[in-house]
Amino acid sequence: MIELEGLTKRYGEKMAVNHLTFTVRPGIVTGFLGPNGAGKSTTMRMMLGLDRPTAGDVRIDGQHYDRLKDPLRYIGALLDAKAMHGGRSAFNHLLCLAQSNGIPRGRVDEVLDTVGLTSVARKKAKGFSLGMGQRLGIAGALLGDPRILMFDEPVNGLDPEGIHWIRNLMKSLAAQGRTVFVSSHLMSEMALTADHLVVIGQGRLLADTSMADFIRQNSRSYVRLRSPQRERLLDVLHGAGVTAVEAGGGTLEVDGSKSEYLGELAAEHGIVLHELSPQQASLEEAFMQLTAESVEYHAHSGTVDDPGADGAPGAPGAPGAWGTGPAEGASRPPGPPQSPPPPPGSSSWGSDWKKG
Amino acid sequence: MSTPQPPTHQQAAPAPNWQAAPGTSYVSPIPITRTHLGHALASEWTKIKSVRSTMWTLGVFLLLVVGVGLLVAVNTTTEDYTEVPYTIPAFFGLILGQICLITLGVLVVSSEYGTGMIRTTFTASPQRYRVLTAKLIIFFVVAFAVSAFAIGLVGLFTSSLHDGESGTPWGRSVLMGALYVSLLGVLALAVGSMLRHSAGAITTMLGVVLVPAILPAFLMLSDSMRTIGEKMMEYNAPNALARIFELDTDSGTGGSQLALLAGVTAAAIAGAYALLEKRDV
Ligand SMILES: Nc1ncnc2c1ncn2[C@@H]1O[C@H](COP(=O)(O)OP(=O)(O)OP(=O)(O)O)[C@@H](O)[C@H]1O
Ligand SMILES: [Mg+2]
Repeated sequence: MIELEGLTKRYGEKMAVNHLTFTVRPGIVTGFLGPNGAGKSTTMRMMLGLDRPTAGDVRIDGQHYDRLKDPLRYIGALLDAKAMHGGRSAFNHLLCLAQSNGIPRGRVDEVLDTVGLTSVARKKAKGFSLGMGQRLGIAGALLGDPRILMFDEPVNGLDPEGIHWIRNLMKSLAAQGRTVFVSSHLMSEMALTADHLVVIGQGRLLADTSMADFIRQNSRSYVRLRSPQRERLLDVLHGAGVTAVEAGGGTLEVDGSKSEYLGELAAEHGIVLHELSPQQASLEEAFMQLTAESVEYHAHSGTVDDPGADGAPGAPGAPGAWGTGPAEGASRPPGPPQSPPPPPGSSSWGSDWKKG
Repeated sequence: MSTPQPPTHQQAAPAPNWQAAPGTSYVSPIPITRTHLGHALASEWTKIKSVRSTMWTLGVFLLLVVGVGLLVAVNTTTEDYTEVPYTIPAFFGLILGQICLITLGVLVVSSEYGTGMIRTTFTASPQRYRVLTAKLIIFFVVAFAVSAFAIGLVGLFTSSLHDGESGTPWGRSVLMGALYVSLLGVLALAVGSMLRHSAGAITTMLGVVLVPAILPAFLMLSDSMRTIGEKMMEYNAPNALARIFELDTDSGTGGSQLALLAGVTAAAIAGAYALLEKRDV
């Protein structure tokens, strides 16, 4: 269990982490999300006692990190950078870590085997690919068989098989009763892995909710309609008590009605439809809506959709006001239409991550 | 449940409900060990052994001290050693060789900052003072052993070449010479820990060694600076080594120079410890 209490970090003028209070519980995977520069890595460094908080406190099972007698047995961490000496072999890198905590030598071979690096154990780490370096970092985190695991963007640089592997690894670690805390930019990835979700933006807490609640509140499903007889269609829908919202490009969006019903309604009145498609807003979209106001580092390109700027009239209000209680789930944030509906047993989010 | 489900993976392996989880904490079968300095020493020993820079700096050091020493030894005659120790040929190599130990001392700590390894190290050992202590001890032992070996080897060779009739005992110069250059390396390690930057720390240390050796030539030109210049002349590193090897014995055999270096090193170590706990890594 990791408890943060008003944790704050300021670098000069820059508030990197702003009064964060939340708890990471054992037995589940907690996803830690935020756009670039949100303060995820900084928060993790403070948890590990690497950076000193400007204010507030963070405790590991009630203790400060630097009071732990057997740190690697308690927490295993993978930090975002390649935090190792490239001139050292994978084996020696892990060996010096193991020795510093009195972990038996045999454990080094075990974790090398777990991450699949046995064949390159004697090779220098600087020759490793991004994914191999990441695996070596994960091996270091697993070395002490710790009860808390912390991963900063673990899927960075991993191939699809590696992503699948780490996802299952995190779940099985949590299932054994361990605390698993993992940061990511990708809502889609978290939807597959995390049971609980902590979202931050510009150092502030935006959401602290269970994954199930987040999905419930954010997977808006609606039907998209397009017709050359748009005015008539609107009248008919209005007459049937169905509210249609005009979206860009001459399309209409209807919440909370089945496409079958709408199609039959149109047929009854002899209206030609060019499109009738059930839609589901992706979680990625919901995440971008949530963090839109706190994204600092935008790409400025005409071709890339800017989620904060394009056709989202109801962009979220004050950050922090959202998603803290299930009661607010009724007012779901509107998501711009996109992505086709998921066939049963598949998903609209994270389909590119789903391998195997 | 009417909730849209996350896809198949979660359904295949149902995740435990987070609200039900607290209390069930994982307990590892590996026995718990309270970490102590011994663990840190073992770890730092593995670290120093397993990087190329150690082999390079110590290799060049040995080559300089032993190689130059032997060259000098064969070009001297037995009469040259009536008043000086047999280790004198090692002096010339040491003047250059001390730069190798300085470099290694800096790298032992600054390479960790340069590569990001330091975060892994401090995560594994959050007691930072323990890590620095282990680094200081391991480096000092290695540097002292290697330099004493090199100087001793030169002394033995010279002595056997010139039938061991020197009136001057040379054991003292082995210990003091090795101590002096090792302390210089320890000072470099402390500076490296404070500056965290390899090039910056090495440059600083070269300044510490070279400036007091060069500057007096200019300071002597001015009357007001003359005394400062004389002190620098007396205490600079090459001169300290010259006294230890009794090349120049007019005023002592390097004891006060060694004491000054020990004092400066102690101050730098204290500074390194003080900064270590305060700063972010
Ligand atoms: N050592 C530092 N000195 C000054 N500013 C820093 C430092 N570390 C982080 N910052 C700033 O703090 C903010 C948070 O950075 P952090 O690395 O924690 O973000 P992040 O959420 O991990 O981002 P990313 O997703 O890109 O990894 C950034 O604006 C960054 O510029
Ligand atoms: Mg980061």
